[in-house]
Amino acid sequence: MTDAPVLLSLQNITKRFGALTANDGISLDLHRGEILALLGENGAGKTTLMNILFGHYVQDEGDVRVLGDGGLTALPPGSPGAALKAGIGMVHQHFTLAENLSGLANIRLGTEPLLSFGREGAARAKVQKIIAESGLDVDLDRRVADLTVGEKQRIEILKALYRDAKVLILDEPTAVLTPQEADGLFVVLRRLAANGLGVIFISHKLGEVLAVSHRILVLRGGKKAGELVTADADRRAIADLMVGKAVAAVVRTPASPGDVLLALENVSLHGASGRSLSGVDLKLRAGEVVGLAGVSGNGQSGIAGLISGLAVPTSGTMRLYGETVTRADPRALVANGVARMPEDRQHDGVVGTMSVADNIAIEEVRSAAFSKMGFLDRKAMRERATAAIAGYDVRCQGPDAEARLLSGGNVQKLILARVLERGPRVILANQPTRGLDVGAQAEVHRRILAARDRGAAVLVISEDLDELFALADRFVVVHAGELHDAGPSEGLDRGTIGLMMAGQSHARAEMAS
Amino acid sequence: MTIRLEPREDAGLGLKIGVSLAAGLVALLLVAIPVLFAGGSPLTAYGLMIQGAFGSMFAFSETLNRATPLILTGLACAVAFRAKLWNIGAEGQLYIGALAAVCIGSGLLQLPPALMIPTVMIAGFLAGGLMMVIPTVIKQRFGADEVVITLLLNFVVILFIQMLVEGPLKDPLSMGWPQSVPLLAEAKLPKLLPRLRMHWGLIVGLVAALVLWLMVRKTVLGFEIRAVGENKAAARFAGIPVDATMLKVALISGGLAGLAGVGEVAGVKGYLSSDLSPGFGYSGIVVAMLAGLSPIGTVIAALFVAAVFVGADSMSRATGISSYIADLVVALSLLCVLVGSFFLRFRVKWDRQSVVA
Repeated sequence: MTDAPVLLSLQNITKRFGALTANDGISLDLHRGEILALLGENGAGKTTLMNILFGHYVQDEGDVRVLGDGGLTALPPGSPGAALKAGIGMVHQHFTLAENLSGLANIRLGTEPLLSFGREGAARAKVQKIIAESGLDVDLDRRVADLTVGEKQRIEILKALYRDAKVLILDEPTAVLTPQEADGLFVVLRRLAANGLGVIFISHKLGEVLAVSHRILVLRGGKKAGELVTADADRRAIADLMVGKAVAAVVRTPASPGDVLLALENVSLHGASGRSLSGVDLKLRAGEVVGLAGVSGNGQSGIAGLISGLAVPTSGTMRLYGETVTRADPRALVANGVARMPEDRQHDGVVGTMSVADNIAIEEVRSAAFSKMGFLDRKAMRERATAAIAGYDVRCQGPDAEARLLSGGNVQKLILARVLERGPRVILANQPTRGLDVGAQAEVHRRILAARDRGAAVLVISEDLDELFALADRFVVVHAGELHDAGPSEGLDRGTIGLMMAGQSHARAEMAS
Repeated sequence: MTIRLEPREDAGLGLKIGVSLAAGLVALLLVAIPVLFAGGSPLTAYGLMIQGAFGSMFAFSETLNRATPLILTGLACAVAFRAKLWNIGAEGQLYIGALAAVCIGSGLLQLPPALMIPTVMIAGFLAGGLMMVIPTVIKQRFGADEVVITLLLNFVVILFIQMLVEGPLKDPLSMGWPQSVPLLAEAKLPKLLPRLRMHWGLIVGLVAALVLWLMVRKTVLGFEIRAVGENKAAARFAGIPVDATMLKVALISGGLAGLAGVGEVAGVKGYLSSDLSPGFGYSGIVVAMLAGLSPIGTVIAALFVAAVFVGADSMSRATGISSYIADLVVALSLLCVLVGSFFLRFRVKWDRQSVVA
C-alpha cells in the first residue's frame, strides 16, 4: 500500500488558539488507494487538523501539500476554494445540503454558472457513472428532505466525487448512522479506495476504525500519539494510546431487581411514523437496567416520549409507582424522581445561549430549590452548578459560561449532573454516549450503573449494541412499533438481537429449540 | 491580502452599544447625501435638528412626548422578539388600546381620577394584549404565521376605527370631523409640567422598561421566556410550558402597545381618531432592533428616534428640506443595525500574509 504515490502530505502543522495548542507539529502522508483513520478523543485536534487541510482555518506553522501536475505543491492557506480545486472533498458531520432541492441539484450546486440550461443530462450521466463505480446507490430525483440520514450522506459523498475529489475526508461519518448503514458505508469506502481514492476517516470509535482502515493515526492533546498499520494493531493498545492511560473497563455486577417502578401496559401511541407504538408492555424494576435495542425509527422515540413526559398513551396505561400517568407533564415526572436524558442532547438537552447554571436548573426552575415567589434564586443556581462542574468534571469556564461553548461530551456530563444529582428512582438514558469518546463513555456508563446499584430503574435506549451489552441486565427489542422481550442479557448474543431487530420476534425461541 | 471572518465567541456589552451608536452615526452620514441634493448643508441641517430636538425646554419636552409611545411600542416588540414571537401588529394593538380607553373613559364609568386612570390603563392593556393573544392562539392551533396575521390586522383595526369614528363613536360636537367623543377629564393623564404636552405616560413607559428589565433578569417567567425564545425544543423537554409562556409574552407585548394607545388618547389628544398614531407601532420595531431588544436600551433608542422626528420637523420648517429626512434616518439606522449585528457575530480579520505559491 505504501508504495502507491503520496496524494496528500501535511507537514508540521501547528495551530494555536490563544493559550491552547490544538495541533502541535502534526505530519501525515496519505497514499493513493489508502484509508487512513484519524483517531482521537473529543478535543484531540482531529477536526482542527481537517479544517486546516480544507482551508477553514489558517495554520500558524506548516504546509499542506497536494499531488498536482507538477508533483506535491503547497496549498495556499485558508482557502477552501483552492482545496476543492486541488481535489480535496470533505463530508462534514453535519450535512451541508439544501433540503428543498433534489439530490442531483445538490450535487451540481456551486459547480456551474448561475444560468445553465441543458447541462443536466451531462451531470446526471457523470453522477450515474460515479454511482456505478462506487455503489453509492441513491435516488437522485427525490427531495433531500425526504431522504434518510444515510442517503443524505451518500449525496454528500457523491457531491465530493462529482467535483473530482482525489482525497475524501469524512468527519465522524458513522455518528448519525445505524449499524447497518455504517456497514454499507464501509463497503463503499473500500471500493472507492480500491479505485484509487485516498480516504481520511475521522472517528473516535475503535471498532469501526479497525474494521475499515489500512492505517491509523492516533492524536492525543493536539499531538501525534502514534501511527500504526491496522492489520498489526491491537484494540487495547490503541485505546491506551488515545486516552494516554489504561482505560478501566466498566464492570457490571449482577442485578438484584426489586419492585416495578414504571410500567407500560398494553400501550399504543398514534403519532408520526417512527413514533407510533402498538400494544407495548414494559416493566422497569428498581435496581435493573433494561436495554432497548432496535433499528432507529421503529418506535424508540415513542417510548422515550412517554417516559420523558412529552406524550401520554393513546390507549393503554402508563403507571409510575403504580399510579396512572394521565398528563404529558415533564415537570411532574421530574418532581417525582424521573431522570431523562434526551436523544439529541444539543437540540433538546440544553439552551445553547443560556449559561451552564441556567441549564442545570432549567428542569426545576419553578421549584423551591431555585426560585422564591417567582424570582430566581441565582445564588442557589450557581452553587448547584459549581458543585456539578466539580462533581461531574464538566470542562467549562464556570457556571456563567454559555452552554453552546461546551463540547458534546461536556454537555452530556452537564445533563448527567442535572438529572442524577437529584437521586432519581427512574432513569431514561436515550443514546447516552452517542458521539462521546472512550473516556467520557466509560464515565457515563459508570454513573448509570452506580445509579442502578443505588436502586434506580433504568431504561437505556441505544443503537450501539456493545453499549447495551455493557449496561443491560435485560433486553427488549422494538420493531415496527411493537416491543418484544428478549430476556436476560446472559445467554443473548448480537446475532439473536439482530434477528429480532429485523422483525423475527421469535428468534430467541427458535435458537433455543 | 484577504479578508477573513471568524465567528466571535461572545460580544461584550461595550461592543453591542458601540455597534448601535455607530449604526446611528453611519445613518446620519448617509442621509447627508440627500440633504446635499436638496440643496442644504448637512452640518446646518443636523445642527438645526439637534436644536429642534433638545435646544429648549419646549423642544426637549416635545421629544420626550414623542418618545413616550415609542418606548412602549418598542418594549412591546422587544419582549415579543426575545421569545421569537414576531409581533408586527403593535400599530393595531395601539389603536385597540386607545379604543378601549375611549369606550371606558368617555362616560361609561363615573370614577374619581385615582380609580379612573388605572381602570382605563388596565382596559387598554388587556384590549391590546388580546389583539396579540388571538394571533398567537391561531399560530399555535393552526400553524399560521403570526407575522402575516399581525401585520394584516393593523389594516383591519385602522379601518374598524375609521368606521367607528365616522359612525357610532362620532362626536356630535366635532363639527363633522371624524373623531370620537372626548374622554372625561377624570380619565386624562395629568401633565408632568405646566404648559408642556409631556404627560404621565412617560413615567408609565419608564416603569414598564424597568419592570421588563427586572422580569427578564430576575424572574422565573423571564427565564422561561428566554429559554422558549432561544430553544423551543429544549424548553419543552425541560418541562417549560411553551404555548402558555408564548401566550404570556403575547399578552405583555400587545398590552404594552395598548398602553401606548392609552397614553396618546388620554395624555395627548383627548379623543380617538384614525390619525392617532403616525406609525408608532412600526417605529417600535425599529426602536426594539436599535436597542438590541434590551429594555433599558429601548428607552434610549426611543429617545433617539423621537429626537430625529421632532428635530427634522423643526429643521424642515427652517430650511425647506423635507421632514421625510427623518424617515430616511430611522430606516437607514435600522439597516445599519442589521449590518452591525453581523459584526457582533463575526470578527473581521485583514490577512496581510502573502499567499504561498
